[in-house]
Amino acid sequence: MSELERIVILAGGLSPEREVSLRSGDRVRDALDEAGIHAIVADADAALLSLLRADPPSAVFPAIHGVCGEDGAIREVLGLLGVPYVGSVASACQMAFDKPTAKALTAAAGLVTPPSVTLPRETFHDLGAAAVIDLIVAKLGLPLYVKPSRGGSALGAGAVRTAADLPAAVLSCFAYGDTALIERFISGTEVAVGVIDLGQGPQALPAVEIVPGEGEYDYAARYTAGKTEFYVPARLPATVADETARIAIAAHTVLGLRDLSRTDLIVDADGTAWFLEVNVSPGMTETSTLPLALETSGHPFGRTCVRLLEQAAARGA
Amino acid sequence: MTPGQQPISQPQRIDRYVGQYAERAVGMVASEIRALFAVAARPEIVSLAGGSPYVAALPLDAVGDMIGQLIADQGATALQYCTAQGDAGLRERICDVMALEQIRAHPDEVVVTVGSQQALDLMARIFIDPGDVVLVEAPSYVGALGAFASYQADMVHVAMDEDGLIPEALEEAIRRVAATGRQAKFLYTVPNFHNPAGVTLAVGRRHRILDICHRAGLLVVEDNPYGLLGFDGDPMRALRADDTDGVVYLGTFSKTFAAGVRVGWAVAPAAIREKLILAAESAVLCHSSFAQLTVREYLNTQPWQEQVKDFRELYRERRDATLGALARMMPPECGWTRPAGGFYVWLRLPGGINAKAMLPRAISSRVAYVPGTGFYADGSGSQYARLCYSLPAPDRISEGVRRLAAVIETEVQLRDDFGPAPVPSKGHISKS
Repeated sequence: MSELERIVILAGGLSPEREVSLRSGDRVRDALDEAGIHAIVADADAALLSLLRADPPSAVFPAIHGVCGEDGAIREVLGLLGVPYVGSVASACQMAFDKPTAKALTAAAGLVTPPSVTLPRETFHDLGAAAVIDLIVAKLGLPLYVKPSRGGSALGAGAVRTAADLPAAVLSCFAYGDTALIERFISGTEVAVGVIDLGQGPQALPAVEIVPGEGEYDYAARYTAGKTEFYVPARLPATVADETARIAIAAHTVLGLRDLSRTDLIVDADGTAWFLEVNVSPGMTETSTLPLALETSGHPFGRTCVRLLEQAAARGA
Repeated sequence: MTPGQQPISQPQRIDRYVGQYAERAVGMVASEIRALFAVAARPEIVSLAGGSPYVAALPLDAVGDMIGQLIADQGATALQYCTAQGDAGLRERICDVMALEQIRAHPDEVVVTVGSQQALDLMARIFIDPGDVVLVEAPSYVGALGAFASYQADMVHVAMDEDGLIPEALEEAIRRVAATGRQAKFLYTVPNFHNPAGVTLAVGRRHRILDICHRAGLLVVEDNPYGLLGFDGDPMRALRADDTDGVVYLGTFSKTFAAGVRVGWAVAPAAIREKLILAAESAVLCHSSFAQLTVREYLNTQPWQEQVKDFRELYRERRDATLGALARMMPPECGWTRPAGGFYVWLRLPGGINAKAMLPRAISSRVAYVPGTGFYADGSGSQYARLCYSLPAPDRISEGVRRLAAVIETEVQLRDDFGPAPVPSKGHISKS
C-alpha cells in the first residue's frame, strides 16, 4: 500500500447539505487523526484547485454531500487533476445521484422498488398541476412519498396521506430541486445498509434499523443526537437481513460504484425489502448510520478510512 | 436466540442522556433553516441574512495599538476578575453615551452585561416563570424570543404599523391577557429602527405607550441597539428618559463599536437592578474585565462619536442601495418598510408565498435572507422576510435583490400552479 503523506478531505460545498458535510468532514479528519494520519479539510471553492496543484495529495476523501459532491462533478475535476480519491467515479455518481435513474437501473437488475413517477416543475405548469396530481393519485394511489429527484438528508421530502396534501408536498419538494420523484409510500421498517470494498469485493455491513422517535426520519431526526433510535443489526429475520445485504451489494454493483456506498430500504410487513435510493458519499456524522455499522461490525471507523485512502492512493488517478 | 433470527440488538440513540433533558430543551433540534444559513456563509452567496455590523470600517490599527497599551498599562486589572455589576469607569462612560438619548443616569444604576442578549436572559431569569405572559411586538427580535422561550414564557404579539407599536393594539393585548386572569410580566419593545421591521416608534406615540403601560402596571423593557444609528437628525429621545421607574433600558456597543467585544448594559429601577446583579453573578460570576476595559479605553481615547457618524453614512448608503434595488426589481405584489436607521428592511412577499419554504430556492440562486416566521412566537409571519443591508457593499446588495426578485417570480408561478403555500400569513406590518 502507498504511504499517505498528504490527505485532503473535501467537505462543505454549496448545497443545502453543507452543514452536514462539514460535520462529516470533521469526523473523518478526527478519526484519521486518531489512526495516526494527519489530514486537512478543504472546501470545494475557488481556492481548491490551487491547493491541490501546489502540493498534490496522496489521496482525497470526498465528504461533500448533495450537488457537486455526489453528482460526480467534483470527482470529474479530481480526475482531470489526476488526483486519486476514495469512492465512485464520476459517471457512476451521476447515475446513483439521480434517484429515478438509480431506481430504473436497479429495477432492471431485478430489485424491487416502489412504483413512481418523475416530473419536472414545467410539466405541472404546462399541463395544469391539479390535473397532473389527479393522474398521479389515480395511478399510484395513497399514501405517497415525495422527494427531489436529486439531493439527500430528506430535504424537501415528505410523506403524503391524502390527495389534498399532495400539492403542498410537491411545492416543498420544488424548493430543493426542479424535478420531483413521487413514489408509492411503503410502510415498514426503515433500514440502511452500508457496502464497503476493502479489496475483497463489495461486502455488506450489518443493516441499521432506523426508528425515529416521533414522526418521520426527517432532517431533525437525522441530525439531532437522541431523536432517533438505531438498532444494529436491524431486528429482522435472518433471511430478510440477508436479502437487504444482497440488495445493497446488487445496487452497488449494478451502478458501478466503488469503495463504499449506502443503500436505503424499507422492509414491509410481508418481509419484502424495497430499494429506495443509494448514496455514494454517505453521511459520516455522529448520527450517521454508516460509521455506526462499521464500528459495530469490527471495522474501526478511523482504520477503515485509512484503508480506503491507502487503496485509492495505490490505485492512482 | 430464536433460530432464524438475527442476534437481538439493543437500541442505540447516540445520546445516552436523551431522556434526562429539561422540558425547555426538547425543542433544541437540528433545523433545515440553520443548515441553509451554513451555506449563506460562503462568499458566492449574497447574504442579506445575518445582522452583523460592518466592523471592517473600524480603525483596526488604532484599536490594536489601544489594546496593546491597555495590557501594557493595566494588564493586571484587565486580566483579573471584577465585580458582577461591571467596571465603574465603563459605567460612567455608558452614562455619557445614554445622555445622547437624553437619559440621565448614575453609574450605580448601570449593570454591564455580555451584549444586550445577556440582559434579555437575565430579565427573563428574574421575571418569568413557565407560562408567564410577555408582550412582544409583531414581529419581534428573534434573540429576545429565544431568551424568553428558554424560560417557557407565553409570548403575546402586539401589532405594529409603520409608526411602530400601535397603542390601541397594546391596550387590546393587555385586556385580552387580563381576561384570562393573568397579567403580562413586561412589554418588550425595540422602539428605534426595529429589528426586524425597520420601523421606529413615532414621537407622538411614545408618551401614550408609556401611559398605557403605567396605568396597567406593566414594566417596559426598552431594547435600543440601533438608537445612535439614525440617518436623519439627532438620536430619538429614549423611553427611559421619560420614565425611570417603569422602563428597563438595554444598550450595547455591538453596533456602535464592535459586536465581538460582547459588552452591553442594562439600566433598571433599583430593586430590579439588584436582582440583575445577583442573577449575573450566578450566571457568569463576573463579565470579562478585558472586554470592559477595551470598551472603556475605546470611549476614552478614540474618536468614537466620529466613528458612529462614519457608520451612519455607510449604513445610509447601503439602505439607499437596498431601497433603490427593491423599487427597481421587486414584483408589484411586494411591499417593504423604509428604515430611517439601523440595519433592516422588512419585506412583504406576494400573497400565498411562504418565505421559509422559498429559502432553499433562494440559497440555490445564491441569495440569503431570514424568513419572517423566526420573528414570531406563534408561527405567523410566513409572508415576510428580513433583509439586512449592513454587511454587503451596495453593488452586492443590488445583485442580491436582483436574484431574490427572480426567486420570488418563480415562487409566484409555483403558487399559481399549485395554490398558496400551506401556512397562512399573519404578519402585522401594514402595507407600504
